[in-house]
Amino acid sequence: MAHGADRKKPYLRIEGVNKSFGSFHALKNVTLDIAEREFVCFLGPSGCGKTTLLRAIAGLDIQTTGRIFQAGRDVSALPPSARDVGIVFQSYALFPNLSVIDNVGYGLARRSTTRESRRGRVAELLALVNLGEHGAKYPAQLSGGQQQRVALARALATSPGLLLLDEPLSALDAKVRQYLRGELRALQRKLGVTTVMVTHDQEEALTMADRIVVMNAGAIEQVGTPAEIYGTPSTAFVADFIGAMNFLPASVSGAGRARIEGLELHVPALNGTVMGTEITLCCRPEDIVPADDGAANAFDTKISAIEFLGPNLRATLVPKDAASRSLTAEFSATQSRRIGIALGGTLRVAMPGDRLHVFARR
Amino acid sequence: MTAIAAGERVRPRASRDHWAMAAALVLIAALLVIFVALPLYTLLSKSFENADGGFVGLANFSKFLTTPALSISISNSLQIALAASFITTSLAFVYAYAITRSQMPLRALFKGLALLPLLAPSLLPGISLVYLFGNKGLVKEWLMGESIYGPIGIVMGEVFYTFPHAVMILVTALSITDGRLYEAAEVLGAGTVRKFFTVTVPAVRYGLVSAFFVVFTLVVTDFGIPKVIGGNYNVLATDVYKQVVGRNDFQMGAVVGMILLLPALLAFAVDRLVQRKQVALLSARAVPYIAKKSPGFDFAVLAFCAVVSLAILSMFAMAACASFVKLWPYNLELVWKHYDFDLTDGGSWTSFWNSIEMSALTAIFGTAVVFAGAYLVEKQTGFKKLRGVVQFLCMIPMAVPGLVLGVAYIFFFVDQANPLHVLYHSMAILVINTVAHFYTVAHLTAVTALKQMDGEFEAVSASLQVPVWRTFRRVTVPVAMPAILDISLYLFVSAMTTVSAVVFLYSPNTTLASVAVLNMDDAGDVAPAAAMAMMIVYTCIAVRLAHAVLSRAVLARTQAWRRR
Ligand SMILES: Nc1ncnc2c1ncn2[C@@H]1O[C@H](COP(=O)(O)OP(=O)(O)O)[C@@H](O)[C@H]1O
Ligand SMILES: [Mg+2]
Repeated sequence: MAHGADRKKPYLRIEGVNKSFGSFHALKNVTLDIAEREFVCFLGPSGCGKTTLLRAIAGLDIQTTGRIFQAGRDVSALPPSARDVGIVFQSYALFPNLSVIDNVGYGLARRSTTRESRRGRVAELLALVNLGEHGAKYPAQLSGGQQQRVALARALATSPGLLLLDEPLSALDAKVRQYLRGELRALQRKLGVTTVMVTHDQEEALTMADRIVVMNAGAIEQVGTPAEIYGTPSTAFVADFIGAMNFLPASVSGAGRARIEGLELHVPALNGTVMGTEITLCCRPEDIVPADDGAANAFDTKISAIEFLGPNLRATLVPKDAASRSLTAEFSATQSRRIGIALGGTLRVAMPGDRLHVFARR
Repeated sequence: MTAIAAGERVRPRASRDHWAMAAALVLIAALLVIFVALPLYTLLSKSFENADGGFVGLANFSKFLTTPALSISISNSLQIALAASFITTSLAFVYAYAITRSQMPLRALFKGLALLPLLAPSLLPGISLVYLFGNKGLVKEWLMGESIYGPIGIVMGEVFYTFPHAVMILVTALSITDGRLYEAAEVLGAGTVRKFFTVTVPAVRYGLVSAFFVVFTLVVTDFGIPKVIGGNYNVLATDVYKQVVGRNDFQMGAVVGMILLLPALLAFAVDRLVQRKQVALLSARAVPYIAKKSPGFDFAVLAFCAVVSLAILSMFAMAACASFVKLWPYNLELVWKHYDFDLTDGGSWTSFWNSIEMSALTAIFGTAVVFAGAYLVEKQTGFKKLRGVVQFLCMIPMAVPGLVLGVAYIFFFVDQANPLHVLYHSMAILVINTVAHFYTVAHLTAVTALKQMDGEFEAVSASLQVPVWRTFRRVTVPVAMPAILDISLYLFVSAMTTVSAVVFLYSPNTTLASVAVLNMDDAGDVAPAAAMAMMIVYTCIAVRLAHAVLSRAVLARTQAWRRR
């Protein structure tokens, strides 16, 4: 990625990492650079190897082959205790028999020389995660969101150079999750700690990450900023996994042109592709727009279903010239009122050429 | 290319923790090999050797099977065990059914009473039965002329001794039945009897099979009851004792030991199988069955439970009475003299204190080793093979009756060439043997407690660069404290009451209370034997109460977090 290349020396470098469990290949040649102070999300469906990669970075389950460098140091073979990472687990793994204060101060016992400095550090951390008045409680007396913050404070207590979070918000209900997203991100910015967060929730990744690493079946599919990942997915998997997407089988019918049944479209991305090549054309629902008469790539459709989503309206459209295909389009409520969308009615829409993505047909 | 070429396997650098854990795991494995596997191997090889140590194949076995006096013990043992298993399982089933499926009053009390026999040595029912049905017995007419000395007495004693084991298994089996099945059956119009045979019986059949086999094994390998009340009726367990202790014929002892291992191995295999099936029975969405009130049924099962509990209590009461009465049944004056053990031939107060010492050491060291072992197996990563080996070794004692383990220990430690011979006749060997004997149940208790703990404590502690033993001490042990106390209670009570293994291993300096009961009874001092048996019972009850108090105190202190 051009984006990564012009950064300064990476803080974390993952080079050709593979991990196998017996004959099962859980990570396949993963290579990735992460810059200092960056917030990176590993995003992918359940079972794709996110946790495995995170645990390799932490040294908990060391990779079978490949190297990992942290701050220029080769940490590939080191146990967790010899690395410089703080971890928050999906279960939080708070010690149930220790108070919040003792949990947070757990890693400090050997480091801070005096009891006073230790106490000061714990108080500072509790204030940082807004748990100042809960220090004497036990984990079982806290809500899920509070427990999550205790786990975070405990991981940050030793000021690690790298913070690893494994689905830190997935156990919480939606409201709390939404709120903590912002909190967590603000905290990370404030401390400037390089952070890797694992999640299977695309919305979480899109709203929080500086860069997203999309993974599938043990391999990296794409690395990029949320806007890049959403706007220009580089594989069909990413296109499908992130957001909603219309997939249309098509074939190349000329220079920069593709045909879907009787419908021919201008597709700039196609320049140079051999005539007749089978491809998949993709377009996001919100990129399908009501068309004026002269617009490019405009065509008539029949409205076969309407779904009311609150601020938006989702319509299923069947192109007149490609009657066996259907498209999902999304219009704002005001827009749909203006153009008068009704079930069974017709609508002329356009798919702007620069919003069309092309993938080889599998 | 730098240090590691791409594609080359990463060789993880081990941390200090890792080496410490490896050392501890190797130590546990070595202990289990030395004190479980090697003695059993010696037993196995002895059964194929002649007196001079030469290999003779199956000669010993064929000699055993062709000696009528010896082989008759097999059929005797089988008959006794089948009868006792059938009776115990039936009684225990009704009893457990009443506890779990009725609304009769005092269910918790009845459950507690059923478990009382666990607090007594198996010799106690033998002695009480003699007092109740013996030649001068209180109610000997109830036998209608039959003699208590022999199969009848043995079966009655064994039923008492094995009852709590069967009840525990069946209560578990009955409580995990899914209540929704009954609702479904009711909706489909099934009557009470039909429901019983189509829902209840299929659901608990595994429990029934398991209880039957467990009782069968306990009976076949129990030595105390046949010794006290068996008269001339020989069974396998008494044969071993006679061959090994009486005639010093180790080869024949080894053969009987091997034969006794068979039902135990079978029971073990069945139990494993049953456990697997039973787990599958209860899906995550099952609802517990809640019994409905039904006055007639509740009264009937209440009467049944009352009769059974009374029978259990009367065994204790009889032994207690006999221990306080001057000369049963002729002189009923209350006296202390039977508790003056130093006047008898077979035992002394020293035996009692030895038992206390032995049980305390077993509880302390046993709990420490068992818990540490379970922790290493359950909570450490790496050394997969070694952990597998240790896990397997931990399960062996469950399949080995105490009697067999005791014989194996003699064979192993009596050998002058064995550097561990120094342990022979020491207190240490009794402690080690008892820990080994009861290892599996204690281990499984610890494993269950550890499994309930979050799996990432060790990872958190490693990433915070806190040594693993510090987390073990500060978190793992306090969180598991209730289980740790249960394990030590189990080991203490088991050590207090056991006879079967230690009877081969004690020395004149390390006589034990349970063995003293046996010897006093043998020497005709039956009342002091009853008194000593009761001393064991009193001790176990006292320790059980102390455990309850201590548990509460410890819970209050270390488990404050459990209160929300
Ligand atoms: N210790 C293990 N042994 C065998 N397979 C494992 C182990 N840990 C993870 N896996 C497998 O590796 C794959 C990736 O797992 P994981 O990294 O946990 O996925 P996720 O992306 O959901 O975090 C899964 O298919 C999982 O079954
Ligand atoms: Mg995961």
